[in-house]
Amino acid sequence: MPYRKSNIWLSLDWWTAAIYLIMVIAGWINIYASGYDFDQVSIFNLSGRAGMQMVWILTSLLIGFSILMIDSDWYDIFAYWIYALVILLLIATILFSHDIRGSRSWLVLGPVRIQSAEFAKFATALAVARLASNYNFDLMRMRDFIKILPIFFLPMALILLQKETGTALVFLAFFLVLYREGMSGFILFSGFCAVLFFVIEIRYGDVLWGGTPLGKWIVLLLIIPCISFILYDYEKGRQYIRYFLIGSGVLVGLAVLVSLFFIYDLCFVVLAIIAIITAVLLFLFLKYREKHYLYIVAFALLSVVFIYSVDYVFDDVLEPHQKVRIEVALGTIDDPGGAGYNVNQSKIAIGSGGLWGKGYLNGTQTKLKYVPEQDTDFIFCTVGEEHGFVGSVFILLLFLFLITRLIFLAERQRSTFKRIYGYSVAAIIFFHLLINIGMVIGLTPVIGIPLPFFSYGGSSLWGFTILLFIFLRLDASRNERL
Amino acid sequence: MKKENLNWEKRRKYITYAVVLLTVVYILQLFKLQIIDKDYKQWADSNAFLNRKIYPPRGVMYDRNEKLLVYNQPAYDVMVIFRETKPMDTLAFCRAVNLPIDKFRQKLADVKNQKLNPGYSSYTPQSFLTQLGNKEYGILQESIYKFPGFYIQNRTVREYNYPNAAHVLGYIAEVDKQNLADDNYYIRGDYIGKSGIEKQYESYLRGTKGVEVLLRDAHGRIKGKYENGIHDQDPIAGKDLTLSLDVDLQAYGEELMKNKLGSIIMIEPKTGEILCMVSSPTYDPSILVGGRQFSENFTELANDPYIPLLNRALNGSYPPGSTFKPLQALAFLEEDIIQPSTAYSCAHGFPPGNGHPACHSHPSPLTLVPAIGNSCNSYFCWGLKAMLENKKYGTIQNAMNKWRDLMVAQGYGRSLGIDLPGEKRGSIPNGEFYDKRYKRWNSFTVISIAIGQGEVEATPLQICNFAATVANRGYYIPPHIVRKIKDTPVDPFYTQPIYTGINAAHYETVANGMRWAVDGPGGTCRGADIPDIEVCGKTGTAENKGKSHSLFMAFAPKDDPKVAVSIIIENGGWGATYAVPIGRLMIEKYLNGAIAESSRWMEENMKNAVVLRNALPKK
Repeated sequence: MPYRKSNIWLSLDWWTAAIYLIMVIAGWINIYASGYDFDQVSIFNLSGRAGMQMVWILTSLLIGFSILMIDSDWYDIFAYWIYALVILLLIATILFSHDIRGSRSWLVLGPVRIQSAEFAKFATALAVARLASNYNFDLMRMRDFIKILPIFFLPMALILLQKETGTALVFLAFFLVLYREGMSGFILFSGFCAVLFFVIEIRYGDVLWGGTPLGKWIVLLLIIPCISFILYDYEKGRQYIRYFLIGSGVLVGLAVLVSLFFIYDLCFVVLAIIAIITAVLLFLFLKYREKHYLYIVAFALLSVVFIYSVDYVFDDVLEPHQKVRIEVALGTIDDPGGAGYNVNQSKIAIGSGGLWGKGYLNGTQTKLKYVPEQDTDFIFCTVGEEHGFVGSVFILLLFLFLITRLIFLAERQRSTFKRIYGYSVAAIIFFHLLINIGMVIGLTPVIGIPLPFFSYGGSSLWGFTILLFIFLRLDASRNERL
Repeated sequence: MKKENLNWEKRRKYITYAVVLLTVVYILQLFKLQIIDKDYKQWADSNAFLNRKIYPPRGVMYDRNEKLLVYNQPAYDVMVIFRETKPMDTLAFCRAVNLPIDKFRQKLADVKNQKLNPGYSSYTPQSFLTQLGNKEYGILQESIYKFPGFYIQNRTVREYNYPNAAHVLGYIAEVDKQNLADDNYYIRGDYIGKSGIEKQYESYLRGTKGVEVLLRDAHGRIKGKYENGIHDQDPIAGKDLTLSLDVDLQAYGEELMKNKLGSIIMIEPKTGEILCMVSSPTYDPSILVGGRQFSENFTELANDPYIPLLNRALNGSYPPGSTFKPLQALAFLEEDIIQPSTAYSCAHGFPPGNGHPACHSHPSPLTLVPAIGNSCNSYFCWGLKAMLENKKYGTIQNAMNKWRDLMVAQGYGRSLGIDLPGEKRGSIPNGEFYDKRYKRWNSFTVISIAIGQGEVEATPLQICNFAATVANRGYYIPPHIVRKIKDTPVDPFYTQPIYTGINAAHYETVANGMRWAVDGPGGTCRGADIPDIEVCGKTGTAENKGKSHSLFMAFAPKDDPKVAVSIIIENGGWGATYAVPIGRLMIEKYLNGAIAESSRWMEENMKNAVVLRNALPKK
């Protein structure tokens, strides 16, 4: 392979850089709008939030520029060192932090206050990419898969100790990266099922349908097609899967008919069907000795155990405020004055924006201080209120374009390290989008994490800038050597 | 690269689909919120709620004859929402509300100052001016549209039918920082009782604020009630009070006390109800109703060297002087130190010959009843000496403590629990007190407490309560000023008799002594004698740094008493000089409803008397 140094300004992905610039400036303008008051200082005044954000943006640009100037090999070589440093920083934060609004995530270094968790994202991405790009590392092997988990579970646990649940959850984004790199889709599917089952059980758990608890029944019924789907994925077109589905359908139909005359708990019928299916699968395992039958049996059994323990977890493990936030998001409780206040006010603010919005600086809901955290986690409210449906969709599409562009860039890398890092960036931004916007528009529970590039805050903006620009740097040198 | 390369392409697609799917779901939700849902659109037109406080009428007060004393009148506050203010003709505004322009600027700055006004927000109504006069209200109301952001809020202020009883009624004023911190019911600009009944019964009088949730458009115009008012809360009116006070009697007492310092208290012994409570000098309660005059008037009252804001009836502590002697008699009788027939001689003082404390000329020796009647100092000094030196107590400290207990049982040295704020306890010394003060002490050291001097202090209320106790022959009902709270049961504390534990027969003896003082030979308060009414009384001449205080306590009639009274005239000299005639007039006025022709001269004399010490300017 020929070795050549490419000109950074020619090979830089200007699309991504442009989106980055648009986003930080849009964020800055919206921060000014959400704090705008009658006797407000100018957007450039450093005593206001917008003025400070301008400082963060300018310093971020400086950081971004510096990153572009550093040789790309540097990141590969120092990945573990950077990771170790950040882990130490996270530990120091837990030990020395001051309690700010119930969170222990601020590390005070003289006049500077940083949220170390924001820097853990890019460091962990580097470490994951470094480990997974090792020669002969194969995520399809259980051993290698288990080896990589601690890399992102460790910072996640440390951030949980800082009581920053939202930021900790973002580290689950790495599963998406692992999936791209060969982790079994079965794991992702199970995770998806767990969330789905949880939501259904909490949403309909208290509803009785005849003698049947509706939530459990629906989930148990869902387990059957799930098993069939996984089975189908493993062994294309085996005929007996069809019999599973038809047979179960007939049995359930009969059971429902009987229940019209004789009230009983339909769950037992479905449990019996699942028991029969697992018995059949066990028999197949003994006959063919293929491991995936065991996985599916485990999936079925764990699903049943999971659904019967959800209530316990929900009532006894989660903290009351987390529980209430989940219930508000699922609509099982409607409490616009209390727990649902933020979400309700946020929805009113966004909803009142209409198609075109009220116009820049004319939003009133966000400024009446109805919406808390209006320039940090709830910044999207201001966009929705002042720029309406058009503005909100534009921002969403901007994120969609950014993420898909990052995936495209990641895929064109010739080095595994760079590709994995690229996917990590895309996945982390994706998770932030999922949780932050979902929360603001009332689809996901209230989990406090910032909207990348938009929300007010130096640590957050610096963190995302570093995350993105390292990848831009890696991408710019994609042709230098393999 | 890895094996099974085909698979990677599929996985990349799945991930991309997930991102696209999420974006689509979120766009659909945005579509629902921003385009479909009409509720939010409505709120878009009327984007802000205005929570307008509705102030309940404060409870009114009646006197014992259902005469209205305190009620409410509408007043107007000017509120400002800074967010909605626009450049305007400030001068016109100042002219309308009669406010100098520099004060206007100062007030604006004060409202915006987060230190003075922690709840400040430029989006919510802030109290700008309180209690606009009727005239200013009229002018401002007409031109308020010229001053965007300024609103007039209706509320009520106190109004008084009589210029009397200021100390008892108390006043209300804007809440201060402490009030705001103590009780989150209040917001800046609210009123709260600051003294007297207004303070004590604040929680009953204030009622509960209501709130009206209004919708406003972007220009601040009110578009009506939010969801037809289902979120509104009606205010709950404050509870009306009926006082035990007789306002005519109160007014009469205040007239007699003009140009004198001191107090008059009258209690109905059977109920403990306070019939009048005069503290002089006093002021017209209507000068402290708030508004811009409030601070001027208040400052003037606070700087007055005669301290007109002090309620001397409760907060003044005086040596009780000879009014303390009946308590001694009761203590000695109860402890078997003396019998009614016990006689002590007196030769112008105690101990004989030494003459300290001295005593005036009267027959000697005397038994108990005439000793009270003649107010013989020596008699009670001998009695106290006999008690303190009695062997049955073991030590003088024990004897002293027993004595203290008997005084406390009769309501001295502790607060009586009247339903008015700031009651003083007075002072009754005990054994330890003297141990601390003197290395060695004996009955001669402390002897002056027997005649209500020295370390003994009492409030006029305690003295009056004692007169009521003698009237009841051994018990009192805790004195109180509020007779009835509308729709609320009476506090049982103010209906249960409290017994002193001293034999009722002894009280009869003391009552006889007090009767002797009024109509017996050598009685010290013969001036209190009213034809056809058996008045029992006791004078007091309390020595202090200046001229002696003139004291009198009494109850009448002797059998089936209707009223107990205590009078103190600061620096009035002999008890008989001022306190007795004033007490007598008060009793006559209350029991007979009018002053007899034959007593008019006394009434005139008292009204016209000026007994003011040379006032020292306050530091």
